[in-house]
Amino acid sequence: MSEIVFSGVKRMFRRNGQDVPALDGIDLTVHEREFVAIVGPSGCGKTTCLRMVAGLEFPSEGEVKVGGAAVRAPGPDRAVVFQQFALFPWKTVAENIEFGLKSKGVANGARRDTVVRFVELMGLQGYEGAFPHQLSGGMQQRVAIARAYALDPAVLLMDEPFGALDAQTRTVMQEELVRLARRNPRTVLFITHAVEEAVYLADRVVVMTRRPGRIREIIDVGTIRRAENWDRFERIEEVMDQASFVHLRTHIWKRLRTDLQEET
Amino acid sequence: MNRTALTPTETWALPLAGLATLLVAWTAIASSGLVPSQFLPTPLAVAQRFAELTTKPFAGYTIQQHLLSSVGRYLMGFGLAAVIGVPLGLMMGWYRWLDDIVSPLFEAIRFVAPIAWVPFAALWFGTGIGGPTLIIFMGAFPPALINAYRGARFVEPRYIEAAQTLGAGSFRVITQVLLPASVPSIVAGLRISAGLGWQSLVGAELIVASSGIGYLLVKGQSSISTATVMSGMIAIGVVGFAIDAILRRVEAMIHARQGR
Repeated sequence: MSEIVFSGVKRMFRRNGQDVPALDGIDLTVHEREFVAIVGPSGCGKTTCLRMVAGLEFPSEGEVKVGGAAVRAPGPDRAVVFQQFALFPWKTVAENIEFGLKSKGVANGARRDTVVRFVELMGLQGYEGAFPHQLSGGMQQRVAIARAYALDPAVLLMDEPFGALDAQTRTVMQEELVRLARRNPRTVLFITHAVEEAVYLADRVVVMTRRPGRIREIIDVGTIRRAENWDRFERIEEVMDQASFVHLRTHIWKRLRTDLQEET
Repeated sequence: MNRTALTPTETWALPLAGLATLLVAWTAIASSGLVPSQFLPTPLAVAQRFAELTTKPFAGYTIQQHLLSSVGRYLMGFGLAAVIGVPLGLMMGWYRWLDDIVSPLFEAIRFVAPIAWVPFAALWFGTGIGGPTLIIFMGAFPPALINAYRGARFVEPRYIEAAQTLGAGSFRVITQVLLPASVPSIVAGLRISAGLGWQSLVGAELIVASSGIGYLLVKGQSSISTATVMSGMIAIGVVGFAIDAILRRVEAMIHARQGR
């Protein structure tokens, strides 16, 4: 059971001595093994949504539940991939990947097997003993994804995981994530401000408004993906050429833009 | 401020020039006859006395034996300060309640200068190894604790959050995140600790010891041998410098390993 449920979630922030709502009236269910992406302008509180599922922040009103239980603390059943990777700089690649397994008390042999498997899966062979600062941004994010996946979490939370990468690396990582997610489906909550990325990766895309963050629209991408069979394509640019993709992207862009225009 | 980079020659030539100036001025004053040689021996006389102290026992021991005895106490006091101060500081950085309990006590105690512990230390632990160790400990403990505490408090939250979302409990957060992330701060603190500890040691030995370099100073004073006193002071300076040089190396190695 790994369904994520936001019910009536409101989150207040203190700014200049006043309580300002950052998120308001969030009702959202991410079904088991569903990939949901949240897009929205910066400052719309999308990262806060993710952090509340992770147990790093808590709603001021309402409730966030995972697998039927209210979230009270962070835990390895909900692995997080952070935008700035947050790899431990004092640990090697292998030590980073096995960190969660050690916390869980996984035995030595099993731990090593898991590390080897994810090192191979993410193409990190030969870098097991390297420190994060010796790797490129793309490689670092592979380690971060391996570190999260190694725990075999029911829920995967990704906070703009590719936001700090250059365009080429980003494309490669998106394709890899699609392969990983289709082969090894998890309940995923994915935060991004890149519309294409959301449409390419997600089953449903949640469009949020700016301050206070509210859900403007939820777009069912999965149905169209399956109907148009996007997964037959190897490469993201082929998918992005599809008329169905372009249509969805434009639709979401318009929704976001309305918000920006209302703002200015 | 005019701090431009020095050429390689300047980096070794300038300190030497400083030392040479001191020695020349010292020799000039000492041999001018203005000050009786009993109170200001020439550098050469001090060097001769130093050499003599390495073979002929003074106040019961040779100068090496005095130093060895001092270094033994020092390592005890400094070691205890590090072993208690660093973990306690890290834990105070993690557990708010511990911080609230310890901080007020600590803030009050740390303003009692190490030398002010001398009478108490002598009464409780005597003049053997216990008394001086306590005094060194009181000198070395505060920076060890404070720097570990600050290090732990200023660890980037994303590392702590990452560890927690990977299932780490308090013990693992402290040992696997706070400790390694604070290493630069901890080592900087231990460098200060080491220096203060060494300074406190000599102060302690002036009063509560029956051997050691501080004891040698006192005995040199009572036998009105300025050359002995100065030899002891030189030994203190050199050892203190060596301790700091070692820790500086350790610090550099750690920075190199962490690549930042």
